Amino acid sequence: MTEAQKIAHLQRRSGFGPGLRSARYNTLKEALTGILQGTNKYNALFLPGEEKVTTGELLSMDKEARKEILLDLAANIKRLNLEWLKEMGRAENQLREKMALFWHGHFAVRVRGYAQVESYINTIRKYALANFGDLLMAVSKEPAMLRFLNNQQNRKNSPNENFARELMELFTLGRGNYTENDIKEAARAFTGWSFNDEDEFELKPQQHDYGTKTIFGKTGEWEGEDVIRMILENPQTAKFVCTKLYRFFVSDTPNLAHIQEMADAFYQSKYDIPTVLRLVFNSDWFYDDAIAGALIKSPVELIVGLNRSLGIAYSNPQPLLMVQRVLGQTLFFPPNVAGWAGGRNWIDNSTLVTRLNLPRRLAEASELDFAGKFNMDDESPNESEKPKAKVSLSCSIAWEALAEQFTASSPEALWEALHTYLLATPTIPGLPEVIKNRCSGLDKIGQVREIALYLTRTPEYQLT
Amino acid sequence: MKRSEFLKLSGLVSGSLLVPGFLQAFTEKQRLFQGKRIVFVQLSGGNDGLNTLVPFRNDIYYKLRPKLALPSDKLLKINDEAGFHPAMEGFRRLFDEGQLSIFNGVGYPNPDRSHFRSTDIWHTASASDEYLNTGWLGRLLDAECKGSENPWYALEVDDTLSLALKGARKSGFAMKDAGRLKSLMQDPMFEHLAERRMDAQANSEQAFLYKTLRETRSAAAYLVEKSAAKPSSRMYPQHDLGNALRQIASLISAGMESGIYYTGLSGFDTHVRQAETQQRLLNILSDSIAAFAEDLKAAGEWQNTVVVVFSEFGRRVKQNASNGTDHGTANNVYVLGGGLKNPGMRNPLVSLSDLDDNDLRHTIDFRELYASLLDQAFEFDHQKILGRKFNTWPLV
Repeated sequence: MTEAQKIAHLQRRSGFGPGLRSARYNTLKEALTGILQGTNKYNALFLPGEEKVTTGELLSMDKEARKEILLDLAANIKRLNLEWLKEMGRAENQLREKMALFWHGHFAVRVRGYAQVESYINTIRKYALANFGDLLMAVSKEPAMLRFLNNQQNRKNSPNENFARELMELFTLGRGNYTENDIKEAARAFTGWSFNDEDEFELKPQQHDYGTKTIFGKTGEWEGEDVIRMILENPQTAKFVCTKLYRFFVSDTPNLAHIQEMADAFYQSKYDIPTVLRLVFNSDWFYDDAIAGALIKSPVELIVGLNRSLGIAYSNPQPLLMVQRVLGQTLFFPPNVAGWAGGRNWIDNSTLVTRLNLPRRLAEASELDFAGKFNMDDESPNESEKPKAKVSLSCSIAWEALAEQFTASSPEALWEALHTYLLATPTIPGLPEVIKNRCSGLDKIGQVREIALYLTRTPEYQLT
Repeated sequence: MKRSEFLKLSGLVSGSLLVPGFLQAFTEKQRLFQGKRIVFVQLSGGNDGLNTLVPFRNDIYYKLRPKLALPSDKLLKINDEAGFHPAMEGFRRLFDEGQLSIFNGVGYPNPDRSHFRSTDIWHTASASDEYLNTGWLGRLLDAECKGSENPWYALEVDDTLSLALKGARKSGFAMKDAGRLKSLMQDPMFEHLAERRMDAQANSEQAFLYKTLRETRSAAAYLVEKSAAKPSSRMYPQHDLGNALRQIASLISAGMESGIYYTGLSGFDTHVRQAETQQRLLNILSDSIAAFAEDLKAAGEWQNTVVVVFSEFGRRVKQNASNGTDHGTANNVYVLGGGLKNPGMRNPLVSLSDLDDNDLRHTIDFRELYASLLDQAFEFDHQKILGRKFNTWPLV
């Protein structure tokens, strides 16, 4: 990789790729400093002018009023989805949003209460670049998590093991690193972990089991917090999380030596998230030729990447919800607690065609090719009988601003520049004849448009 | 399209010793499709099973559904205790002709009442506390079952692909309308990309994407050719399901080599004013499948076709205050075809008195039916797909 390719590679993996307004870096060192510094800044996501409705208020309403409000709240979750998508595109601190997307898939929850979703995602975003132990503790106490994994039903006299099981299996240790008895006993420690009508975490003492438990071979009057502490003491947790980080940031084919290197640093730093990211981004193996373009972009990475690199402004972003759904990744609606499978799972004939056509549909502000399937959990039943209406995109692309980015003037030179800017793989040999012909007679803006629309419609653009 | 072009598009010219079945068929005038094919019809939203096949001798049914219960004299009775909804004449006829099997109380342990989650459980064939990324039919494709070398071996007639048909390495093919897909694929950009030679350095993901694109182009062209060869002139309900089954019937009649078809009908989430909605939907379902059966009989293909009708869950026994029903658990599964083993009522009606938290208790795990299909129709050891052994039923 050339220095410029390394910088672009780093920008793609640590964020959503180079953008029209993103910082310019001359050297990799500069880029590393820029990306890894200033990671403390954080602003909560919220819907301007929207009042929160707590679970308590919902419960006090009559049935009809509650139904109305619930529909509003479902709409609000979708609005928050679009707010976050926008933030991913424009955030200076790309690493925080990229990391938050990772944690959203790692601590996947799917609930219908707007207030709970807002609180959950902001906890994720707030702790995204902090300490993993703090993140784990905070997210374990989120009403969205407690509700999604039925911890309200986890009571002294009738324990519900759902949270304890997923905590170990999916969030920390991974299968085979705990016993069924550990889960049973840990579930007892989490009895009574619940939330109040204001959607705040609350330990309900009358439902909590204060007795002696034996977890991971240790006996004591363990509380939920103790279980989390014991889980963190096990280096297997660092290894499990680093394996997932490796798959997200580096490659779908795990390299055990590199993962061990990450896990050691993670564990030794007492689970400091920036420490392990710094190690990855500073490693030679991260810039190996075989690593660039080895990952298939998730739908959200694809959409946000396009928005950033082409400077797309939406007069109505609503259709982006449909795009997410058709492509198989809707923020706040992960398929289940295990999150999105990723990789080749994103691709089938229908999603691939939708992906390859998306830049064209955006450029033409035209109708999307496909409407998604119904999802009865998020839509009112009455809607589900009608055939799904086609959705048209309404947006504009900043072709002029894009053209201004490049000093090159011939189509061949523009091709080279845009190729580095847009694609992760160096495999498309040269300006294709068909684009060259179309470029003749066009001004620079027109040429940039032709070339960018070609490059973003290639299978290579699906890779990062 | 010329055969040479077709070969080029499907990327089959070079090397492969395995000549796919459909290519042999171009030269040898033999029957194109061997074995059984399965057509899945998913009723989304949770169809109310108790008002589809009504236990008209059961007092509890009438007691718990004062407004929704269907009067016994209106039913299309199939024996002395059960009758189809009056909108399902087609089903009753097929039942009488020995072309319909009914499985009662099909569900799974620890039922989940979320549409989304329960649909995933049916699609992945997982336990209720287990999360799988691949569909059960997708795993069958991954295992390279016979015929699956065709990209269209598992065909979903819809714009997007269901999880059931997604494997780790291979997936089914989604297509709502062959003509539209073909015109979409005629975009010069796709033609240009499909003809691009892969760089030797291309990584495996890149090669995978190009392969998917080439297959989509060749499949689109092939599907258009096949749908036009033997168009159906029969009356189907003017509805997505009618259109889908008409298209599938044309493809089967033309000798399409797909072993799996997937389609569905949605709108069954009848929390309010259930009667009218369900009446309309069941009528579409019954008439569509009846027309489909007629088409396939005429083509001589009904004998080796099996239709499986299921829903992600049934509904509560007791009706709600809005003349509807809420999410429930176990439900009926209907299996139709011309070559069924032991057609008819396959097990007793589910109990309405022995309930679990006011919901039906399942008596058959849905994976027993999947296991039966895998063993008998696909001739594939079901344990390799479902992860463990299940009881099976003689089906086909």
